[in-house]
Amino acid sequence: MKRAALVIGLVLVAGTVLTALLSLAWTPYDPLAVVPANRLMGPGPGHWLGTDGYGIDLLSRIMVGARIAVLVGVVAVAIAALVGVPLGILAGTAAKAERWPRLVADVVMRGNDILYAFPAMLLAILLAAVLGGSTATAMIAIGVANIPPFLRVARAATLQVSVSDFVTAARGAGIGRFGIAVRHVLPNIAPVVAVQASLAFGMSILSEAALSYLGLSTPLPTPTWGRMLNEAQPYAWSDPLLAVWPGLAIGLAVLGFNLLGDGLRDLLDPRLRESVQ
Amino acid sequence: MSEQPLYQVRDVVRRYGHAARPAVDHVSLDLAAGERLGIVGESGSGKSTLVRMMAALDRPTAGSIRFRDTEISGLPERRLGFLRASVQMVFQDPRSSLDPRMTVGASITEPLRSPLLRRRAGVPADTRARLEEVMAQVGLDPADARRFPHEFSGGQRQRIAIARALAPRPQVLVADEPVSALDVSVRAQVLNLLADLVASEGLTLVLVSHDLAVVRHLCDRVAVMSSGRVVETGTVEQVWSAPRDAYTRTLLAAVPRLPLP
Repeated sequence: MKRAALVIGLVLVAGTVLTALLSLAWTPYDPLAVVPANRLMGPGPGHWLGTDGYGIDLLSRIMVGARIAVLVGVVAVAIAALVGVPLGILAGTAAKAERWPRLVADVVMRGNDILYAFPAMLLAILLAAVLGGSTATAMIAIGVANIPPFLRVARAATLQVSVSDFVTAARGAGIGRFGIAVRHVLPNIAPVVAVQASLAFGMSILSEAALSYLGLSTPLPTPTWGRMLNEAQPYAWSDPLLAVWPGLAIGLAVLGFNLLGDGLRDLLDPRLRESVQ
Repeated sequence: MSEQPLYQVRDVVRRYGHAARPAVDHVSLDLAAGERLGIVGESGSGKSTLVRMMAALDRPTAGSIRFRDTEISGLPERRLGFLRASVQMVFQDPRSSLDPRMTVGASITEPLRSPLLRRRAGVPADTRARLEEVMAQVGLDPADARRFPHEFSGGQRQRIAIARALAPRPQVLVADEPVSALDVSVRAQVLNLLADLVASEGLTLVLVSHDLAVVRHLCDRVAVMSSGRVVETGTVEQVWSAPRDAYTRTLLAAVPRLPLP
């Protein structure tokens, strides 16, 4: 049962990523080519998912949208992990230290709480106002908004690893704080970070869709899932399928990453508890 | 015996947080080079805390610990190289004292690659040669260095931990309940290995145990701890044949004896 969830997650994630990669090389039609004669065609053999109000092939647009979603997800998760994990390890290893390292850890954690409390969407709107709406804006905004959960997860796992005898043994072997963090803590918290990354990836796809729906992400004319939803709005009653396809794409991708994350957690947790590899 | 002891522990106190009673309460003891000291006591008597402080893995709240006439209790980590090179520890449970994500070879050679220890006089410089040497010494196949701890049995893992402790050629070996987490069937083997190594390497031994028979087998002097205090010290024979302290008598009475046939 749990294995099934993991497998479904993997399939959905692989589908999303492969679609994105395929779109770089091939799409059934030009995702930007306006063909007025083909307006609002239903699904059929020529256009599998039909066409939109400009007569553009929806499948082609969904495929390009996958590319943006995956790209933003990768960069945003990378930003969040590269900032959050080292700070989390720092906060975790310094939590039991004396005087100033602990002060640093406390400052990091309070800063993290503040960032956590700040609404991610507001942060994105703010950034877009300063930098202008672009793919990079979405990446940075979603990445920064995702730092706090990474930091917390990394800190909690670090606290757990830090009390193991092998960390004490490493200290007894003359390994410094940095060496312990890199050689012992990081490899041992990696599984937990991987789970968090998968969940954050799902969240960032959802956030990207929201931002591009509001026009704060990738500018025109590149199609994104959020923009497609926005463009489908006038046709919500006459041609609801226009909104269903991008909605389905978002839903399946997010579901895939969440199932993958949950599945990974189930897979890795018992092994962590036994502290067997 | 040299006139200056290797270790001088004076009035050491270790208090955790706001605990009512300190874990270690005004303990003083000397350890001479070449001596084999057993520390016995029930769980919670402070024996592990004491040896952790001697290995500079924990800091005393008050008191002084001198190693080779150098005060170690207030030293920052980066100045503890001399102690780390000379004093190595074997922990109770090798399932937690070996990093599950590090190969056995990497674990064993960790002290040799440490920035504090490497290039220090007496610490072997040829990491690979030393790895093979210590693995053979503890009865492991050096070809297994690439494996991970979970591929070994409990007894083998403790041998790995012992090999790691031996790697930098320490003078003192601190063993904290080295066999109590192991299967009864392999305890004797590991204890005999320790005894052999202590003899062949001329090590000074500090052995913590709640098992009096183990201490009797490996040590020549014994300190009995109860509620954070050392209640009695003496040679193993003295303490065995004529225990002065009431607590020691209780401990000795608890040793199971087989009726003589």
